[in-house]
Amino acid sequence: MQNILLHVHPLKVSEKSLTFHRTFGLGGIAALLIAVQIITGILLRFYYIPSPAGAYNSVVFLKHQVVFGQFVRNIHYWSGVFLLMIAFLHFLRVFFTGAYREGRRVNWLFGLLLLTIIVLSNFTGYLLPWDQLAYWAITVSTNIIGYFPFFGESLRMTIIGGKELNADTLQSFFAVHSALLPFMLLVLVVYHFWRVRKSGGIMLPAGQEKGEMLPVMPNLVYREFIVALVLMAVLFLSGALFNAPLLEKANPAYSMNPTKAPWYFAGVQELLMHFHPFFAAFIIPLGVLAFMALIPFLKYDQPPSGHWFISDKGKKSAKATAVFAVAVTLAGILFNAYVLNFEIMMPGIPAFISNGIIPLCILFLLMFVYHRFYHKRFRLSKEERVQAVFVFIIVAFIVLTLCGIFFRGKDMALCFPWNA
Amino acid sequence: MNRKNGLPETANSGKFSRRDFFGMAWKGLGLLAGLEALGMLSAYVFSGKNKQNPLSKQMQEAGSVNSFAPGSVTAFMGGRFYLARLQDGGFIALSLRCTHLGCSISWEENKKRFICPCHSSAFDINGEVLNPPAARALSYYPVLIENGIVKVDIGSLKERNSFRKDQLVYAQ
Repeated sequence: MQNILLHVHPLKVSEKSLTFHRTFGLGGIAALLIAVQIITGILLRFYYIPSPAGAYNSVVFLKHQVVFGQFVRNIHYWSGVFLLMIAFLHFLRVFFTGAYREGRRVNWLFGLLLLTIIVLSNFTGYLLPWDQLAYWAITVSTNIIGYFPFFGESLRMTIIGGKELNADTLQSFFAVHSALLPFMLLVLVVYHFWRVRKSGGIMLPAGQEKGEMLPVMPNLVYREFIVALVLMAVLFLSGALFNAPLLEKANPAYSMNPTKAPWYFAGVQELLMHFHPFFAAFIIPLGVLAFMALIPFLKYDQPPSGHWFISDKGKKSAKATAVFAVAVTLAGILFNAYVLNFEIMMPGIPAFISNGIIPLCILFLLMFVYHRFYHKRFRLSKEERVQAVFVFIIVAFIVLTLCGIFFRGKDMALCFPWNA
Repeated sequence: MNRKNGLPETANSGKFSRRDFFGMAWKGLGLLAGLEALGMLSAYVFSGKNKQNPLSKQMQEAGSVNSFAPGSVTAFMGGRFYLARLQDGGFIALSLRCTHLGCSISWEENKKRFICPCHSSAFDINGEVLNPPAARALSYYPVLIENGIVKVDIGSLKERNSFRKDQLVYAQ
């Protein structure tokens, strides 16, 4: 056991890289959550039946007849939710400590791929209970794919194997969820870790002494062990206290009101309430993804600092941009819902223009004005400006997601969570 | 050339040698084999799908023409359609699916409109959009009237952008 633990670690690590707030241990926590997902996933497969007739009943059987059935299902559910959140936080940590430059460019791309695979794992797993929540959330999200230009509808029909969700959809989602994605995840995670070691361990602040090199045993291994214990305690507690949701069996003739996409797509669904689908489901997500993939390949005028938020100026501009993003997103949601609806205001003009190009132009104009004003005053470096764009995207995404999850009630109208 | 691999240098170095040719040929064959495998894989995964659809090529009898009053809407949840009879006696079988994101619409008798619970799109009795975000009129199934019996072909869904008169079917 000790041999394995030492084999996956380097012999010695810098004392600087042991500081908890360098990484918050997010990558390691994600790896452990993946292990939990695989173990509980295998356990669930002993009872789950992947067919519309059998799926729901097998989950109910698991809940009520199997000893610890509910508990195993809860752990699988919560570790899936946590994994997505932790992987997202890890992505933020890597960005804000500048650990995506020079030798780490390719690993940044693999990180994005891993994040995508984790989202897809959650998404394919969401359908499997075949209850009302699952059926309608996947119906709504796969219909969003149908709005991609040219190939959207055929892509949607390929993914779900028909015009509506059916037995084939469940069977393929099950195969992808329980075999293809876990396999890819395992291989890619190992590669992801290996590349970090090839880059000389985790990113450290530039211009500082590397510090004393300490043996990993016990310095790193014991720390990891403590984090793992705390994580397992949190996971078991969540699994014991909060049940994974399960509504009535899926009924294709009756939609839930409101029907919401899975929580991690609530931001895209919220965007769909405000933009023409071509923009909300295609142009904007694609643009964001392209920007994320391009970040390490831009030309920067300074070497990476490795400090959180680059510098003091970077910290200030990130904060100001976060405030700006919250204000613009909230104002956009409220104005569009109550004051300005371009599609209804301009009935003669196609929704593509009135509800797509016009609001997007207004958004870009606001960003441009903010940028001019801010950049003139603070003289930000290129790296700090890229960081500001990143902050804007992430904060807007979070605000949209929270709004979609908590502030949308009956008929998807805006309301407070306690009135929903 | 190829000194790095410990291979002897050939006489015609600098030109396109036999070894270069075979190297290219191997790469080409490898690529071909890869593409072939990819094709076989996708054929395997997708060819068996979308063939078990229980709704394909199926006529459903809805009832006799006279049992549907003009201006009425009848739900057929098994076939997933609403049979609407307009005031002028024309029939249209409207799909249950909202054209926005595919939720199930429901008929509101007092307001004489279909409402989608997901994003409150609304449609009139013809399936025409009354309220966005839905942009297209409701899809419909072909209706056939034989010997006074209304039949609906629930295997062939017809998509459309807006309502036209010729989508209606009348009893002779």
